Amino acid sequence: MADIAMIKTAAETGLANLFAITKSLLPGDAAHREDAFRRFSERGLPHRRIEEWKYTDLRALLRDAAPFAGKPTEADIAAAEALDGPLTAIDSIEAVIVNGHLVRAPAALPPGVEIVPLREALGSGHPLLARMGAVGHAHDNAAYALNAAFMSDGAVIRIAAGTHVERPIHLRFLNTGATPFATATRVLVHVEVGASVTLLETHAGPGGVGYQPNGVVEMVVDDHAKVAHMRLNAEGSDALALSTLTARLGAKVAFDSFNLVAGTQVSRHQVYLAFAGEGSNAGIRGATMINGTQHADTTLVIDHAAPGCTSRELFKTVVDGQATGVFQGKIIVHSRAQKTDGRMMSAAVLLSEEGTMNNKPELEIFADDVQCAHGATCGQLDEDLLFYLRSRGLPLKEAEALLLESFLAEPIGEGIVHEDIAAALTGVIDGWLRARG
Amino acid sequence: MPAVQETIEQVRSIDVDQYKYGFVTDVEMEKPAKGLTEDTVRYISAKKGEPEWMLEWRLDAYRRWLTMKEPDWARVSYDRVDYNDIYYYAAPKMNAAPKTLDEVDPEILRTYEKLGIPLREQEILAGVQTSRVAVDAVFDSVSVATTFKAELAKAGVIFMPISEALREHPELVRKYLGTVVPVTDNFFATLNSAVFSDGSFVYIPPGVRCPMELSTYFRINEKNTGQFERTLIIADKGSYVSYLEGCTAPQRDENQLHAAVVELVALDDAEIKYSTVQNWYPGDAEGRGGIYNFVTKRGDCRGRNSVITWTQVETGSAITWKYPSCILRGEGSRGEFYSIAISNGMQQVDSGTKMIHLGKNTTSRIISKGISAGRSQNTYRGLVSAHRKASGARNFTNCDSLLIGDRCGAHTVPYIESKNASAVFEHEATTSKISEDQLFYCQQRGLSAEEATALIVNGFVKDVLQKLPMEFAVEAQKLIAISLEGSVG
Repeated sequence: MADIAMIKTAAETGLANLFAITKSLLPGDAAHREDAFRRFSERGLPHRRIEEWKYTDLRALLRDAAPFAGKPTEADIAAAEALDGPLTAIDSIEAVIVNGHLVRAPAALPPGVEIVPLREALGSGHPLLARMGAVGHAHDNAAYALNAAFMSDGAVIRIAAGTHVERPIHLRFLNTGATPFATATRVLVHVEVGASVTLLETHAGPGGVGYQPNGVVEMVVDDHAKVAHMRLNAEGSDALALSTLTARLGAKVAFDSFNLVAGTQVSRHQVYLAFAGEGSNAGIRGATMINGTQHADTTLVIDHAAPGCTSRELFKTVVDGQATGVFQGKIIVHSRAQKTDGRMMSAAVLLSEEGTMNNKPELEIFADDVQCAHGATCGQLDEDLLFYLRSRGLPLKEAEALLLESFLAEPIGEGIVHEDIAAALTGVIDGWLRARG
Repeated sequence: MPAVQETIEQVRSIDVDQYKYGFVTDVEMEKPAKGLTEDTVRYISAKKGEPEWMLEWRLDAYRRWLTMKEPDWARVSYDRVDYNDIYYYAAPKMNAAPKTLDEVDPEILRTYEKLGIPLREQEILAGVQTSRVAVDAVFDSVSVATTFKAELAKAGVIFMPISEALREHPELVRKYLGTVVPVTDNFFATLNSAVFSDGSFVYIPPGVRCPMELSTYFRINEKNTGQFERTLIIADKGSYVSYLEGCTAPQRDENQLHAAVVELVALDDAEIKYSTVQNWYPGDAEGRGGIYNFVTKRGDCRGRNSVITWTQVETGSAITWKYPSCILRGEGSRGEFYSIAISNGMQQVDSGTKMIHLGKNTTSRIISKGISAGRSQNTYRGLVSAHRKASGARNFTNCDSLLIGDRCGAHTVPYIESKNASAVFEHEATTSKISEDQLFYCQQRGLSAEEATALIVNGFVKDVLQKLPMEFAVEAQKLIAISLEGSVG
């Protein structure tokens, strides 16, 4: 293992040039951005020799750094809004972000809810910005650091103490354009003591364009609050999408997050969750469907730093064609986090001869009075079950679809209480299965 | 069940008192100058009277090693070894190559007696009346005695120190040496390739079931010395062998390096069962001294329906860095890994296995039990992979950890990579503490807390212990009780 001299790739050089040009145009604290970019450039784009990126070689996958998208025109906004997602029909408080710029804030907000465009918040030095970066594990992550250096817009959302927000808040991240472009969006959500909220994210964009969204959602959830978070990745066929969710949970919090990957050439979804108060519950779940030469990575770091918390992680992956699925999950239990109960499961079904699934479920435990378990499975559909269904008269594809649907929908059934949202997301799964033919 | 102060005190004090193999034998040793240069490599090769190609092989490895970097990905932290401050070869002066036991330094014989290792053929392990074990005893850098050689030879089995095999069966050694663990495999394996001194060579001819258990006992005695043993076992078509390995070292304040390479080759329908009870000196309660155990062990299931089983009980060493692996090349071959790793005091263990499924219908099974106590860190790190052609591959992995006390750590880092749809992999891991109900039940039946813990732990590791040859199972069970004594938390 000789030392390898780091040669800057075209993308790394491109990002450095982009940063030099754009940094003075971006809102907010320039020193902060400089610092973030330095954290990124010290190590450069992560590659397979970097343990956390072992299975997703970003240096190889990101050949060129696309320029950041400018403010969209009215025509762009109209084109983007035409991207109708399955969650659009849900009655919600909607904000639209096109090409990384918040173009439509919700018309009216219920009492106790504050939504400020990030650009504005950065410009005016909004007090909530101090809550950014609450989960330390994410800081040195390349995607997170790049986002911190380039973030252009997004939202700062505050749910006041004790507020129960009836309708979900739906953030629609839409992209449009004919040539490759990049976006860096950031959403900061502060859910105060005893408040509850449902947050939806839809990510969509044009097919055939190699655009590069890199989004971060940060949540700070105070004691006794309740958060349900659902995310749909329906990005365009050639996109390279990086996303990070960080959440810092206080005491007695109920937190659920679900991510559905139904698009994108390359995706990596990272979750950094930190339990900072006692007796909280978190469910992190997801389903991924990939085919062709798609590559989908889910990476979790669940940090049990406080006693008596429970976490459940359940991820399902279906791999078809020559696609590659990656699941990396790490549960850390600190020595003071006694009575932790952590369970992580990753299950994958390979449908084709040429698919690949890489699983790395890790446990890192320093406390003795805990229960932690992880499981990982990988295989094909059960022949007996298929035979049973076929003997009942179902054609092979239908029998497969039926089994796959029940396989993929388990994390939805386990975590999502909002029926319409659950139905809409199940619909996305059905659509993907039908498209298999 | 948080640890009470009394317990913490006990845990702190056990390591030193527990290690009963910590004595030093006083024999005059022959050593080259400290440090590693081409001359050291030439010296070792000349001492062993090796053929020219072997020297070249070593020198190649040495030059390669100079360009390599010590790996740092394992979850262990230690002061880096100064590779120029250790002796790479140490042999007892008197009769470097003794022909019979009578020529062996009586001090060395007494050492093995003290360790309970029978070097006289009529002797048998205490408490076991029926079975006999052939022993190759390695003292620092040389093999001092190999028993039952004649009887084994009758069955066609070659069992001898590898340095002797290089002289007597050079063609066999040359054919297989470095084919499982290539010279360039990793930092420690390359170092070993350059300076390895002794170890065992085993060849089981086609269709032969080795008439007795073979075993090697490694003893590090001299200070400032590294031990670099090399073991090569070849099971030809349809043969079977069970091989045991044990190791101890004196108690010292300095850290000593043990960088071994073990290569196993199983041809068609052959089976190799390799068992280790690793009990190197673990260091004292403050983490001073102890062996750095950086070992590369790998088996190659080269033939159809071949089987390689690794069973290990790891209780010693300050640092363990060890991943006995199986390359499942032959169609229908099977790899098994059963491990108990117990860490206490300041020990750090990073161990696990790799199961590389290359052939069709290959199966593997991993059962790993980690127990951490004191302030130790215990990591399971494993890889299971199925390549494109490994249709019908099957793996089951179960790695459980048990923590005793709240100042230790247990970690699991499995990698599961599948490139074949018909490969079925299952992995499960749990971490828990000893249940209070179980402890209460045992204590209520009159067992002391310590006895109850030992009983429950023995139950926890039962699956692995059952896989050990009987002679070892008895020893391992005792070791577990000793390693955990006083650590009830």
